[in-house]
Amino acid sequence: MRFAPHTDQDVREMLEALGLSTLDELYAHVPADVMLDRPLDLPAGVSEMELLDDLQALAARNRHADDLVCFAGGGAYDHYVPALVWALAGRSELQTSYTPYQPELSQGVLQALYEYQSMICRLTALEASNASLYDGATALVEAVNLARGATGRQRVLVARTADPRHVEALRTYGVGAGYEPEPFGRGGAVEPPDAGDDVACVIVQHPNAFGVLEPAREVFGAARERGARAIHVFDPLALGVLAPPGELGADIAVAEGQALGNHLNYGGPYLGIIATRMEDVRRLPGRIAGETVDADGRPGYVLTLQAREQHIRREKATSNICTNQTLMAIAAAVYLAWLGPEGLRDLGEACAAKARYAADRLTQHGAVRLTHPDLPFFKEFALSFDRASPLEVRDALIERGFLVGPVVHDSLLVACTERRTREEIDGLAEALAGVLE
Amino acid sequence: MSVEPSGVPPGEAPRRGAPVRVGDPDLPRTLRDLSRPGRRASSLPALDVPVAELAGEHRRATPAELPEVGERDLVRHYTRLAQRNYGVDTGFYPLGSCSMKYNPKVAETAASLPGFQRLHPAQPDDTVQGALELLWRLERALCEITGMAAATFQPAAGASGELTGLLIMRAFHRKNGDPRRRIVIPDSAHGTNPASVRMAGYEVATVPSDARGLVELGALEKLVSDDVAGLMITNPNTLGLFEEDILEIARTIHEVGGLLYYDGANLNAILGRVRPGDMGFDIVHMNTHKTFATPHGGGGPGAGPVAVRERLVPFLPAPVVRRDEDGRFLLEHNRPESIGRIHGWGGNFGVLVRAYAYVFGNGGDGLREVGERAVLNANYLAERVKGEFPLAFEGRPMHEFVSTAKPLKKHGVRAMDVAKRIIDLGFYPSTVYFPLIVDEALMVEPTETESRESLDAFADAMLQAAREANEDPEVLKEAPITAPVRRLDEARAARQLKICW
Repeated sequence: MRFAPHTDQDVREMLEALGLSTLDELYAHVPADVMLDRPLDLPAGVSEMELLDDLQALAARNRHADDLVCFAGGGAYDHYVPALVWALAGRSELQTSYTPYQPELSQGVLQALYEYQSMICRLTALEASNASLYDGATALVEAVNLARGATGRQRVLVARTADPRHVEALRTYGVGAGYEPEPFGRGGAVEPPDAGDDVACVIVQHPNAFGVLEPAREVFGAARERGARAIHVFDPLALGVLAPPGELGADIAVAEGQALGNHLNYGGPYLGIIATRMEDVRRLPGRIAGETVDADGRPGYVLTLQAREQHIRREKATSNICTNQTLMAIAAAVYLAWLGPEGLRDLGEACAAKARYAADRLTQHGAVRLTHPDLPFFKEFALSFDRASPLEVRDALIERGFLVGPVVHDSLLVACTERRTREEIDGLAEALAGVLE
Repeated sequence: MSVEPSGVPPGEAPRRGAPVRVGDPDLPRTLRDLSRPGRRASSLPALDVPVAELAGEHRRATPAELPEVGERDLVRHYTRLAQRNYGVDTGFYPLGSCSMKYNPKVAETAASLPGFQRLHPAQPDDTVQGALELLWRLERALCEITGMAAATFQPAAGASGELTGLLIMRAFHRKNGDPRRRIVIPDSAHGTNPASVRMAGYEVATVPSDARGLVELGALEKLVSDDVAGLMITNPNTLGLFEEDILEIARTIHEVGGLLYYDGANLNAILGRVRPGDMGFDIVHMNTHKTFATPHGGGGPGAGPVAVRERLVPFLPAPVVRRDEDGRFLLEHNRPESIGRIHGWGGNFGVLVRAYAYVFGNGGDGLREVGERAVLNANYLAERVKGEFPLAFEGRPMHEFVSTAKPLKKHGVRAMDVAKRIIDLGFYPSTVYFPLIVDEALMVEPTETESRESLDAFADAMLQAAREANEDPEVLKEAPITAPVRRLDEARAARQLKICW
């Protein structure tokens, strides 16, 4: 495949215009010591058909969510992606554009981001959203940075029931930022931690990594009383039925946004959602689209509050983020508007009902129990087994055509989206019984 | 019924014969304007299990106030938004430092194969052998291109790659019992560099550029000491010039025990000709949306793979992709010296599939051609416009060049005015006011995928703008007049903040 359109004559004449006769001369000023004196050790280029054959062969060696029945969760879910989402977000005028540095030619992306931000604010009952971050884990990292900056305090408390991958990310980024996340709570749901006056933020994932609903209101209230920022890691598709972060008293809400119209994609591209109260808007990281008017007084959109950002503020910026996940945010906005308030509620009810049914059905087997039987959950739940390891069960279920997991703190997660049918759930129950024979 | 003349500024009568759209119901501006109570696009299957009761304390009290619109509303709305946006598929997009090259369509086809798009990230390795092999092959290729030993795919973009690289530096120095304080960056660097340095817990030490637009060696020597953890630099640098003293720079940093970080923003220029590893770099990030033609999506997604030299491999984020003796691919999680986790999962896999398509579609020979055509195009374009827009520095440009619009200042015309006029003349403008060290900078990067005709047409547009600045500067200051909107009031956007409807 070649995409450079130059004919031999073009090359010759362009070189002539430069007073040169060979392409090598363009590199004449590069020290010989650093020039590669051999061709790259890579296969030669191939035609488009050969390339696609190669990629199709690789893709064919993967099992996937059309081939296995997907009950997997843990932050990425097999929600239905309506046909219009990528028919629209995938429009090439949007997809092949860059960050909207020239707003007059970028009104489509800017307005779509403004609308995304607006829907995130309504969804979370908070006042200020940015235009997306990389993913859920990095959104949490940025929320912690925001909280530490806003409070001038150092310590970071994170619920033990939060996603272990998120906690791992906090540990990694904390090395640079100068904190070590401190876990609190035990069991399937937390209680308010003993937050001292040096605590910058208290992080609760709700529903948590076991799928369990946390006493978030109580924890957030206690945290705010001590002057800490309350950070809610939420599931955007739970918010049709569950109280939103703003109503629960969270100061900052972050989420993995994959469930909103984005494909599973083996972990990315997804999007990180972050929203906060207006008082902290100038501490938000990343791009923010804002409404304004043009020279004729007509409404239009620009990137705003850029004085927060790295290209203006350099080492004093709120974050180093430049490229974000704009296209995924646009897809999320299309999807949320497709759902509408009623669709969002219906979808949440469906997930909750199917998860409840699945939990009841799977635990009919004597060797299967809910890891946290007394606690309410939303769309996923954690299972423990009397005689088998969760990883063995997971692997054996794949053989029978079902994908579950991941395994979190020695429990096996099972998630139900609106796509899972009663028949599939019954099938999973039978398969599980077979595995545990 | 309202009458909305299209394309006519308010207060002016439409030209005779101009199209007039009468009462177009799709003229309202936002989805919120289109919203009508009770309208809905989504449909869900009838519930086939009993309803689950959720405890009242957890329930949402009032529904989320999302737009209530039909499917056709959505399709027209976003189609209209797309029409109000300019992408590489629309036309020439010479945004300096962004490498806005053509994004091959086959890469989209590949990324949407269910065997890639429908993989759950928690699937066991045995069920994703094709995906892991793709990553493994891509890692091998990127290491060959950069002269490195191993790579991570977790960083979701270049800036994330920078922070990853800096945390690797930190882990390396810490292991040697030698914590250090400062990172050296040239004054021409991208803003992400100093911002990443701070997030990694280091301090920025800025080294000035000399009259050539290159790192001032003397100043660098004075700046370095044994508290320097490393240096971050692009090469070619952000002025589009090759740092000819790179081996001396590397020696200076390595002599005090520091590491060299290669910001891959400008890797396109040297593909197949020069490898960062051969210039002495220890850590390299690549921007797949620049060098490897993955679409930038109006701001993202990107992917920022980071490759390192052998001695830094243990510090890479975990897990990494490995191939065992039996040829089976696996994610290796147990890496005690790893800096940890940079992304929630393994990075932007869907973007990496597209990068794979570009790398292996082009092949080794094709990638070298990519680099030389990019350099040829930039030089040709620079040659055509430098009479009116002098180059900021004398040296030979690589894949991009930085001109200045300073000569137009006497007419009251600024670089931004030139950019806005370029919009009227049919193109996305170049980057303006960057690098910060150049007065009235215009940073132009044509990339290899533009033909001589598009370069000539763009050069003509720039020269026309210069002529107009001379003859009728108001034309530039009034521009743009043909875009969907005229110049926007950015100060008002920040002052009367409206970021949510």
